[in-house]
Amino acid sequence: MNFAFCRFGSLSLTLWLTACQPVPEANSNQGLVYCAEGSPESFNPQLVTSGTTIDAVSQHLYDRLLDIDPETGALKPALAQQWSVSADGLVYRFKLRQQVSFHHTDYFKPSRFLTAEDIVFTFNRMLLVEHPFFQTATEYPYFDSIEWRQRVQKVSALSHDEVEFRLNQPDSSFLSVLATDFAAILSAEYGALLIAQNEKPLLDSQPIGTGPFKFRQYQKNVLIRYYRHDEYWRQHGSLQQLVIDIVPDNTKRLAKLLTRECDVAPIPRLAELQMLSSKPGFIVDQQTSMNVGFWAFNTRKAPFNQVEVRQALAMAINKPNILQAVYFGQAEEATSVLPPNSWAYRHEAQHQSFNPAKAKALLAQAGYPDGFSIDIWAMPIQRMYNPNAQKMAELIQADLRAIGVKARIVSYEWNTFRRKLRQGEHDSVLIGWSADNADPDNFLRPLLSCAAAISGSNRANWCDEQFDQFISSALKTTDVQQRRSYYLAAQQYLQQQMPLVPIAHSKRFQVKNSGVLGVTINPYGGISFMNAGKTP
Amino acid sequence: MILRYLARRLFLLGFVFVALTVFVFSLNYLFPGDLVSNLTGLRDISPERHHHLQQILALDQSLWQQYIAYNRRILSGDWGLSFASQQPVLHEIARVLPATLELAAYALCLSLIAGIPLGLLAAIKKDSILDRCISGLALIGYSMPIFWLALIFIMLFSLQLGWLPTSGRLGVLFEVPSQTGFMFVDILLAGEINRSEAAYNALLHLAMPTFILAVYPTNVMIRFVRASMLEVLDQNYVKTARAKGLSRTQVLYRHGLRNALLPVTRQVGLQFSTLITLAMLTEVIFSWPGIGHWLIDSIYQRNYPAIQAGLMVVSSLVICVNMLTEILHTLFNPLARKL
Repeated sequence: MNFAFCRFGSLSLTLWLTACQPVPEANSNQGLVYCAEGSPESFNPQLVTSGTTIDAVSQHLYDRLLDIDPETGALKPALAQQWSVSADGLVYRFKLRQQVSFHHTDYFKPSRFLTAEDIVFTFNRMLLVEHPFFQTATEYPYFDSIEWRQRVQKVSALSHDEVEFRLNQPDSSFLSVLATDFAAILSAEYGALLIAQNEKPLLDSQPIGTGPFKFRQYQKNVLIRYYRHDEYWRQHGSLQQLVIDIVPDNTKRLAKLLTRECDVAPIPRLAELQMLSSKPGFIVDQQTSMNVGFWAFNTRKAPFNQVEVRQALAMAINKPNILQAVYFGQAEEATSVLPPNSWAYRHEAQHQSFNPAKAKALLAQAGYPDGFSIDIWAMPIQRMYNPNAQKMAELIQADLRAIGVKARIVSYEWNTFRRKLRQGEHDSVLIGWSADNADPDNFLRPLLSCAAAISGSNRANWCDEQFDQFISSALKTTDVQQRRSYYLAAQQYLQQQMPLVPIAHSKRFQVKNSGVLGVTINPYGGISFMNAGKTP
Repeated sequence: MILRYLARRLFLLGFVFVALTVFVFSLNYLFPGDLVSNLTGLRDISPERHHHLQQILALDQSLWQQYIAYNRRILSGDWGLSFASQQPVLHEIARVLPATLELAAYALCLSLIAGIPLGLLAAIKKDSILDRCISGLALIGYSMPIFWLALIFIMLFSLQLGWLPTSGRLGVLFEVPSQTGFMFVDILLAGEINRSEAAYNALLHLAMPTFILAVYPTNVMIRFVRASMLEVLDQNYVKTARAKGLSRTQVLYRHGLRNALLPVTRQVGLQFSTLITLAMLTEVIFSWPGIGHWLIDSIYQRNYPAIQAGLMVVSSLVICVNMLTEILHTLFNPLARKL
């Protein structure tokens, strides 16, 4: 044994001494390596919300009924070729594309194309307790959060290529829900096979979908390997293999990018981006994401129940300074809760002026000429919408001192932090929100509605009938112009009431080496390699 | 004579293993958490299952009986499940151990190939400039912390020059199923890939970790061989041989080398435990998927069954290698048997 090793050893020594040539660039142009920051929790997007899992799974393995155009944010046909909405807004009908094939793998050989049965199978899983796979998952976080079971009455197949969704009440954000990465279409035939084999949990760990790549291999914390789905219904790139290399350490991921062991990687640390963008051979892609970082006041507590106080505090902070120090200039200043690439964004919104003198006057007007003291809760973790809440809190603390408000910075361990927030123990908090779909409702409702104040995601504990009326009316109409006008009114109202101060919409960054083509980052969800290729 | 010696060694080996299993067994009681969980690796055990398991594990009997039952499970290969993955720990070890053995074996070979000739050269040319250089370099290498050296190497060869990859055993685009766990064998067995390209890629991945891991043992070897050779050259029989008119080379080969290299076999055994410790460091730095990396992850995750099993395997390995080299040394050197 040892002798054999010696032979190998000496062989490797001699070869090593002669092998001082550059590493061949990521081995071959047949495959592409995406270095991800963590392992996926599941291979079924229905069961998760984490961005890591969505990036690793959804766009590669699955298709949805509808897609979102990354440029305009408009909906476009995917598995559904056409759709129609009934006049009362309660019935949605989809006509499916013909000859869409599922993945052909070692563990499943599909015998038919996609039919309406698959769509019903997919969406009934979250809807019906008696669905054979309902019990195999403990929760459906995204669908639970949008109250799928309350929204949808029935999903049924009208013919082999026509599906009907019947809703309980009109809901104009419904199509956006179907276009999210979570609404991936599964195979009913595969489900039936797993029931027969009594291996139900495999539905979520050995995936079958219709997407541009099919599952090949997964080693936890090591890698995921996908092969090309040759019978994919769309035109797609020529990549034979897509490997997702799991590298949790930021520095190691950066190193692998530099040595070309990774072709594409998400780089969350803004300081490193400047180094990379100055290096030849690397391209930094950026995209304003559908997120917002904000400073919310607990409007149930005095003095934050007074509009003047909230206005004064908003006026007292120097946002451009925060953008520079916390986001290294890699974010857009927020004027509204909605990011500028949302179709309902209010373009005429004014930038909040930085005006300590006026802020002081407003405070005096509200009855606090000598200021007061305030707790600023800074979240303990790094998120895309707020990469460093502690530092942001310190900057705000300094700004507030200028208008005579004494601020104290508070932080807890993340779980405790969220629990205490839900209980409303804070004065004010620095936190944020990332949207799951392009619909403006996805920002306004969970952040500021009365219902959210009860369920706990409304960090300002703000409940205002006028505002709720705006966003409910917007949901009840399907006319986009009219919806937009409701949302504009709601945003204007927010700017006047200031239950929270929107601070920034951070950008999302993806670094790739310049040989990689056709990779796009999507503001609404996961990364897609459908059209990816490499120059030799 | 030799049989008696072997019997004595085997008895000692048995005793060491008893001590080791007693220690690992007692860890189950010393680790926090539920005893049944620690022993089996199962989580969220229902009360009925818990009761049933207690009987299987002989927890209702005396400590002595529990220990016997524990040893029986170890021998039958039932090492419990890993907390993190809920897979049998023994399977996981079988997956990661070959990577460590591979790395350690290459590094050991490299240190012998480089260390012995250099040590001999330094001894023969004692006090010359060559000797000073070799001894000086050996001293520097000996005192260099390898994690520092490894990072410098990564900076230089990977990030600056772009010659070598920074981590792993093989480029991820090569799909090589793990059959034996030894990379080159697996590459030979794998179908549908470009074998020579894959082997070349594996070599590139191997180069830096092997070199880094070999630095310390090489320098120990140089210093040891040099000292041993000098001692032998000072012996009377060497002087006699020279006086009888044998040439310098003849003396060196016939009398010097054989006698000087004898203690080296023993040294290899002694170096093995250091090598395994250093291999753990190297594995972490280069993300080498070996047992060290796995064990350190398990410690972070408070994965008690995995920690126990890892400890057991690594210790057994070190003990066995030590014993083996000891026995080999004795076989080659009749003088040692009398001691």
